[in-house]
Amino acid sequence: MHSTLVSLDAVSLSYHTKQGETQAIDNLSFSVEEGEFVALVGPSGCGKTTVLSIIMGLLKPSSGSVHTNGERTNMGYMLQHDHLLDWRSVERNVLLSLEVQHRLNADTRKKALALLDTYGLSEFRQAKPNALSGGMRQKVALIRTLATEPQLLLLDEPFSALDYQTRLRIADEVYGIIKNENKTAILVTHDISEAVSMADRILVFSKRPSHIKCCFTIDIDKKLSPLQRRNDPKFFSYFHRVWEELDT
Amino acid sequence: MNDRASFQHLEYLKRLKRRERLIRFMRVFVLIFVIALWEIGARIGWFDPFIMSSPARVLNTIINLYNEGTLFLHIGTTLYETVMGFIIGTGIGIFLAILLWWLPLIERILDPYLVVLNALPKIALGPILIVWIGAGMGSIIVMAVLISFVVTTVSMLSGFMETTEEKQLLMRTLGANKWQIFQKVVLPASIPTMISALKISVGMSWVGVIVGEYLVSQAGLGYLIVYGGQVFKLDLVMASIVVLCVLAALMYYAVAMLEKKVKK
Repeated sequence: MHSTLVSLDAVSLSYHTKQGETQAIDNLSFSVEEGEFVALVGPSGCGKTTVLSIIMGLLKPSSGSVHTNGERTNMGYMLQHDHLLDWRSVERNVLLSLEVQHRLNADTRKKALALLDTYGLSEFRQAKPNALSGGMRQKVALIRTLATEPQLLLLDEPFSALDYQTRLRIADEVYGIIKNENKTAILVTHDISEAVSMADRILVFSKRPSHIKCCFTIDIDKKLSPLQRRNDPKFFSYFHRVWEELDT
Repeated sequence: MNDRASFQHLEYLKRLKRRERLIRFMRVFVLIFVIALWEIGARIGWFDPFIMSSPARVLNTIINLYNEGTLFLHIGTTLYETVMGFIIGTGIGIFLAILLWWLPLIERILDPYLVVLNALPKIALGPILIVWIGAGMGSIIVMAVLISFVVTTVSMLSGFMETTEEKQLLMRTLGANKWQIFQKVVLPASIPTMISALKISVGMSWVGVIVGEYLVSQAGLGYLIVYGGQVFKLDLVMASIVVLCVLAALMYYAVAMLEKKVKK
């Protein structure tokens, strides 16, 4: 029933700079099933973002192969900063992705704006982004990504620019939206508790050249929200196991 | 508590208004003061009005030019040259900036030449222009274009370059091609830069045209200034400069108005 959305097979990638060659990723293989929420955790600078760029097709691996189910428009990318365009209203920011892909019509427009309504941003439709708080801006960025109805969401540390309280709350909301819209997600983060509270599966990356050190399947009740999961007794044991893997 | 705060706020607003009024009043006062001092000084003999001219003589000269029917010929000539120089110069400047943003390799190759061209006093090219294009309006306009386009290119290009890599990355993840990135992100983000480039370019066009007219012309305000200097008619020189001040100010305000409109 569940089909594989993405699979990486023995992917390696090297960067070339004047100073020399850096191997960022070494022989990386993993796959993500439809409906799954996978977190990639690793020390900073270990090439987690590079993995997302490879999946997105923005970077070509030096060797190995990437299989994705469908086209690039089937994927949505969310970055650490929302990069909303200040001169556009919230509504026109959300429609930007459709505009760029020449898919803006009455139907897609209605669907995209309905997302704003559903997730409590309808009253800000005509507002400029600088009237919104950081958390709300990040939600608008998510809806901009969802407007093209991608199956797979690539989340590149989307909460790390927010202050701690907002981060917890927005992570909770974003998780709710992702589950509600039945999306598959890959989350890159260096925040262990964020990974444990959101993911079904955590892949721990090693230092560069990175490969997968180990993999945890998080067995906490799926119905709980990330905030509730943080109170689950199993939460800390997972936290410590991931922490130990990262530490060594 | 609230009443007191609002009372204080009213006081603050009143102070602000008073200050604004003072500024406006003083601006007019400075103008009147200088003109009056100039006129009185000329009449009671502080200085020789033959050399310093005077407001009354300036006004007379302008009226004479008007009666002779040449006032608007000179104004029109200079205005035409300036507007043409400004439009063509800005057009070329913006086009070149887009081209160089689009082709980073060409930008890298041409960079040192652009720096030299920017630093070169374009006025030095005057004699070459006259030989190549001829002693006429063409040379004057080209001079204005030369002076204004380099400034426009350099400032617009640096405006375009300010758009961060990450924003462009985001656009690429949305599936945007280079033209869409330019049109939807880089260009709108550079509007403030463009306006300030236009303001500089207007001033540069005036410089180009007046210098051009100094070198070669049969009409125009620059021509009147040089001619007046040669035949020692300082009234004519001063009158031309006064007209020039008014025109330059009007053109600057036209661009400033455009800025206000765009910012809305």
